[in-house]
Amino acid sequence: MSFISRGFKGRRRTASVAGRLPPGQYIVDGFPVLSAGPTPRTPLDRWDFSIVGQVDQARRWTWAEFLQLPAEEITRDIHCVTKWSKLDTTWKGVSVDTLLDGLETSADYVLAFCDGGYTTNLPLEDVTGGKAWIAYEYEGQSLEPEHGGPARLLVPHLYFWKSAKWVRGLELLPEDQPGFWESLGYHMYGDPWREQRYWGDE
Amino acid sequence: MSAETLRLDGNAAAGLLEQVFAFDVTVARSTCAGCGQTSPLGTLLLYGGEMGAVLRCPSCESVQMRVVQVREGYVMEMQGVVHLEIPPTVG
Amino acid sequence: MVATRPRLTWRVATVRDIVPETARVVSLVLDVPDWQGHRAGQHIDVRLTAEDGYQAQRSYSIASAPEEPWITITVERLEDGEVSPYLADELRPGDFLELRGPIGGWFTWETREGGPLLLVAGGSGIAPLMAMLRHRAAWRSPVPVRLLYSSRSAQDIIYREELERLAANDPDLAVIHTLTRAQPKGWTGYRRRIDREMLNEIAWAPEERPRAFVCGPTPLVEAVATLLVDLGYDPASVKTERFGPTGG
Repeated sequence: MSFISRGFKGRRRTASVAGRLPPGQYIVDGFPVLSAGPTPRTPLDRWDFSIVGQVDQARRWTWAEFLQLPAEEITRDIHCVTKWSKLDTTWKGVSVDTLLDGLETSADYVLAFCDGGYTTNLPLEDVTGGKAWIAYEYEGQSLEPEHGGPARLLVPHLYFWKSAKWVRGLELLPEDQPGFWESLGYHMYGDPWREQRYWGDE
Repeated sequence: MSAETLRLDGNAAAGLLEQVFAFDVTVARSTCAGCGQTSPLGTLLLYGGEMGAVLRCPSCESVQMRVVQVREGYVMEMQGVVHLEIPPTVG
Repeated sequence: MVATRPRLTWRVATVRDIVPETARVVSLVLDVPDWQGHRAGQHIDVRLTAEDGYQAQRSYSIASAPEEPWITITVERLEDGEVSPYLADELRPGDFLELRGPIGGWFTWETREGGPLLLVAGGSGIAPLMAMLRHRAAWRSPVPVRLLYSSRSAQDIIYREELERLAANDPDLAVIHTLTRAQPKGWTGYRRRIDREMLNEIAWAPEERPRAFVCGPTPLVEAVATLLVDLGYDPASVKTERFGPTGG
């Protein structure tokens, strides 16, 4: 057993939420901000969202068009690979199912791409069937730039690094292609319930 | 609380990087593959928090190197560095 | 030819003393087995481990001079902090603390490097600069120094008495405070955030080839570094250490 710091407990809470926390996670207050780079600040009149790659026809929405799409309010727990979790977070966004509706593709994977160059990869079936959104509101307010505004990908059933901030589109691909963190040791899939944090985790 | 307010610099990544390298990294100098500028690693802009170290060029902000501590060991990538100059270490 | 050094390893230090500095800040004096010494400006990483294995890690500048027998770190208790409340409130003399170091040869100064020195600190960013000042005092070095130290109020000035004492006995050391939120009655000093005008008045002229060290919250550090370069400082002579949003 390695050294133990007498009396140190840390900031975590776990007691009253057993069953909702994946293994190794802790509840924290606040909403930690973590970025791989400076906050992008794309003006809304230049922002767009695209579906590209292995599709019959690429799709693109401007911000104004995006806001016209049917949106949902979502309440979900989110789990970061750095071990913090937040329960019952509330968002508003457009379901990825809406964006892909009627699309023809033979692709099995997507790579989300973002302002600032961040990318993350997911199986197509993990962003469809009511599992993923492009979210532009958090807790009833416009999504702040620090938290990925104007819009971020929201995929709550996977570790939160997959919920890419400043998302600008999805590229549909035939093969799974590691994104920013996945190419550096983080798990390609990232299921918090199987604690798939790093390469090699089953 | 913006990414810019939170960012640190190469000094704060030195403990992590010195697990990977056997020399004092903050005085080593890297030449940026993005813009060609040479900077001591202590001056690189550090992002990433607990996910890992993302070190960016102080001049052009492109990623020079990234390090993640995984279950056993580290994964490191330095595609953004043309070369590293490592001075002799004193003591 | 590179001379490699021993890899940094975690070791267990003993807390010798806990010294209150201000209402929010304490210094911890640590006895580190096999400590090989350090250079003023370097830091240590501290790691706390809970009984269930949970770990949290933070970096702290070494505030003591290399000439002192034990090392000192200065910790500001952050309201919502995870590590700082433990270090500031829970630890007792005789407790143990896991750490590794010293780390970081970039943000360091030794008397033989000369000056003049411009030291700029925001809040707990004073810690590594204090190591430099204590080192300079240990050598009775004549290198001229100006310290510009930004604090919220007089009660928040860390090492206040020691700084007064060092400056009183040394014509080559000037300590200039700016108090940004509250000032004592009769205060005639600066009462605002560090800006171009203030640096213009305080900083050594670029022609003197000064070395600058700037440490504290990231926004302060980046603003001051930019201003110094605007004033004509050679960017290579301005060394910075960012403490993140809150300065430690």
